[in-house]
Amino acid sequence: MNILNFISNFFSDSAHWHGYDGIPTRVGEHVQYTLEALALAAAIGLPVGLVTGHYGRGGNALSLLATAGRALPTFGLLVLMTLSLGFGLINVMIPLVVLAVPPILVTTYEAMRSVDPSPVDAARGMGMHEAEILLRVELPVALPLILGGLRSAAIQIVSTATIAAYVSLGGLGRYIVDGLYQRNYEKVVGGAALVALMALVTLAVFGLITRLTVSRGVLRVN
Amino acid sequence: MNGFFDIPSDLQHTWLGLIGLHLREALLPVLAGLVIALPLSQLCVRFRWLYPPVLWVTTVLYAIPSLAFFVVLIDYTGQTELTVMIPLTVYTLVILVPAIVDGVRSVPQETLAASTAMGFGPVRRYVQVQLPIAVPAIIAGLRVATVSSISLVSVGALIGNQGALGNLLNDATIYNRPELAWNAVITMAVLALLVDGLLVVLRLLLTPWMPRRAHSTPKAGRPDPAALALEDTAR
Repeated sequence: MNILNFISNFFSDSAHWHGYDGIPTRVGEHVQYTLEALALAAAIGLPVGLVTGHYGRGGNALSLLATAGRALPTFGLLVLMTLSLGFGLINVMIPLVVLAVPPILVTTYEAMRSVDPSPVDAARGMGMHEAEILLRVELPVALPLILGGLRSAAIQIVSTATIAAYVSLGGLGRYIVDGLYQRNYEKVVGGAALVALMALVTLAVFGLITRLTVSRGVLRVN
Repeated sequence: MNGFFDIPSDLQHTWLGLIGLHLREALLPVLAGLVIALPLSQLCVRFRWLYPPVLWVTTVLYAIPSLAFFVVLIDYTGQTELTVMIPLTVYTLVILVPAIVDGVRSVPQETLAASTAMGFGPVRRYVQVQLPIAVPAIIAGLRVATVSSISLVSVGALIGNQGALGNLLNDATIYNRPELAWNAVITMAVLALLVDGLLVVLRLLLTPWMPRRAHSTPKAGRPDPAALALEDTAR
């Protein structure tokens, strides 16, 4: 198993632990790209998904939009952006956001649609405003599914943010891209292992968020 | 538009040839993924404890960046199409397995009981009852898997021109010809949308019993209040 050897060599080499190309620095950059892209994608996907899901209109338009977003090749967009805009963070963010919006949008819409209509009708009968119904009745019930959509978007971003390195930025992709050009496969495998590890951490974090934010009653029903 | 379809000779393909190559590199992994996902999902349905670990493993594999996956495989399969296709096959599993498991689980208990009572064995029941009812969910999964597969093939350009249309992106940077990158991105997007449309048509052909709505998932929306009222009066 030379892959395991690669991994142990990579992590035991002290040179990988400090400086601008050290693991802490690169992990920090990667986390930063991931959170920025996820925040942008959520800022677009969540409100649109919540409102359309609440009114139950525009589901077909949304799925068309999501398919179109998925159809745009991430790596292709990145090269295109770089060719037309030069180097910068914006041309990494746009492909990542295009990648992450469809799962957030579709899952949020579906989650809102799957809420049992009877409590919603009851809330309306009690005189709640539409916004109140959305935020205080539907959202708490739909939350586990919505978080699931955010989670899969986050994992995709963690994995794909490595492309930032291809256009001279940092992040964990640095190890993979540099390792490829330096024929240093230890670096490539080490970088990949770090990304996979970060994906696992992401899963754990979302598990924690679910536990903290979803009401116990909803969890018990599911 | 000058030079838009003027493919550099180092790719050794015409534009149409690149499209054919791209489709082969993107679609074969989805087929292979389906062949692996069907029995795997059946095991997950049969043995409930198996499902969470399978989900964890597929998610972690899915998180490995494609470029790293390709590079690690070069040691074993060289700079070939196969090196691109193996990771893509693995990536499809994270989408297909949950889709198939949910689809098969959505078959109502009474339907299963009825088919057993009619003398269907487990295999025949799976093929003739469970799978057909799971078709909409499976196709929904296939749509996502295929579209992302078509997008991911292009990363193969980084390991020695194995990215089909993605190689145009490489050439666009090397020769400073942005129109090649436009060509690559637009062609890939259109291919993805076309294949997606074909899958929708396939679902319509396979599920003549479904209501004709452009909904990809068989999830029941809110029941129509009028229909509920009618049901109430009928009771």
